[in-house]
Amino acid sequence: MLERLTHLLGIEDLTREQISFILDQSKPFQEFQRHPLKKLATLRGKTVALAFFEPSTRTRISFATAAARLGADTMNLQAESSSLKKGESLVDTVKTLEAMRPDGIVIRHSSSGAPYFVAERLGIPVVNAGDGTHEHPTQGLLDALTIRDRKGKLDGWNVTILGGILHSRVARSNIHLLSKFGAQFTLCGPAMWVPRELESLAPRIRRVPRIEEALDGADVIIVLRVQTERIHEPALAPEEYILRYQLTPERLRLARQDALVLHPGPMIRGLEIDPVVADGPQCGVLEQVTNGLAVRMALLYHLVGGAPVDAPHPAKEKSSAAD
Amino acid sequence: MRVVEKRQLLSAEEIGRTLQRLAHELVEKSGGTKDLALIGVRRRGVPLSQRLARIIRTSGGVEIPVGTLDITLYRDDLSTVAHQPVVQSNEIEFTVDNRDIVLVDDVLYTGRTVRAAMNGLFDLGRPRRIRLCVLIDRGHRELPVEATFVGNTVQTSDTEIVEVRLQEIDGEERVMLVDRVP
Repeated sequence: MLERLTHLLGIEDLTREQISFILDQSKPFQEFQRHPLKKLATLRGKTVALAFFEPSTRTRISFATAAARLGADTMNLQAESSSLKKGESLVDTVKTLEAMRPDGIVIRHSSSGAPYFVAERLGIPVVNAGDGTHEHPTQGLLDALTIRDRKGKLDGWNVTILGGILHSRVARSNIHLLSKFGAQFTLCGPAMWVPRELESLAPRIRRVPRIEEALDGADVIIVLRVQTERIHEPALAPEEYILRYQLTPERLRLARQDALVLHPGPMIRGLEIDPVVADGPQCGVLEQVTNGLAVRMALLYHLVGGAPVDAPHPAKEKSSAAD
Repeated sequence: MRVVEKRQLLSAEEIGRTLQRLAHELVEKSGGTKDLALIGVRRRGVPLSQRLARIIRTSGGVEIPVGTLDITLYRDDLSTVAHQPVVQSNEIEFTVDNRDIVLVDDVLYTGRTVRAAMNGLFDLGRPRRIRLCVLIDRGHRELPVEATFVGNTVQTSDTEIVEVRLQEIDGEERVMLVDRVP
């Protein structure tokens, strides 16, 4: 039997079965996005706190929309100030949020491990929306859903990850997730962003210096954004990056004919990816966005829905609407 | 708590005859089958709706569209259960706008499933009419809901359970009345 999820903190902690369960549960919510009336009452009366200690647009909007479509209300915390990045303030802030009695909290923080810290201290489900350079589990799940839909299955693909991998929580969640499904990874990018220690993240990881070699035989290509905000080392000049690492139509032809291109966004056209590839039929970027809503609705439904853990269960079997 | 089988309510043959009668009633009382569509409520409403459509096709040659509805997200008891039930997809390949829809389920009991199913349908569009067809009506309604087409009406106590077992799902074919005993 499936071990019940109480939080979603990282992909590394999940079993293959738990991942498959979340992806399966996302299917009805994918279909729901096509309904003319996109509003359920399923989580009516529930409140989801969105605590974004780090700027975010798409992930925050995606979680807010997922909560709204399930009928839940949201409390928004957007911390731009640096004083909130200290550990003490994090506790105080989340305790303040908790005092307003939300039924779950979605947290993004620049410190790796912050959601674990919060989960230990609050009595409500915690969803990690990105912590430092550690993980971005819902991105890993929506990427997996996109791969499974486009390619028919999740198992055993050759996955090439391009760009600033060292600082990428998206890359980490993808590696943890797809390695549980037998993927073989090829990492490629500027040497300082693709250090040897990345090979210890999972089995079957190799680093390759040249993009042409990295793309050879690839089934899935994950292009990462060049994250200027996380990079303190002397940066590579953009012209140099484009020349050596941009995914161009010519380079894409080196991959398998039906290779799928993913990008977590925001995408910088003309830097890490050529616009022709970004708009091409092999690119799954917009499906990733829609699938993100479905995955987040499935997670909020299972994590935030239901009776609070310590609440009495007044349900009489007779009153159940189940068959 | 133990569950004991008390008696058989319907045999396989009786289920077949009941569905034949329901299919004929359905066509007769619809004033034409132009906009008619059947929607089976998961789980056992699904094979029942498919069988009804097959009977209508073989007896009158009319093809009635059939869909499947999952009511999980519309249940009214979700905030009281600790484990959220698994959600499944709807499979409705036609627009429900202006359709003459017949919801199909195995047992009509409290009426709460039907309420949930109607909410689910309205999220998909605006049907012209919704009617309800059930194999068994066992009473004990908690909402003002009645079925238009009823296979059998059965008197039950509220500790009893009506178990509809269908070949497609259960590998056997009959309707049993079972009871919970302490």
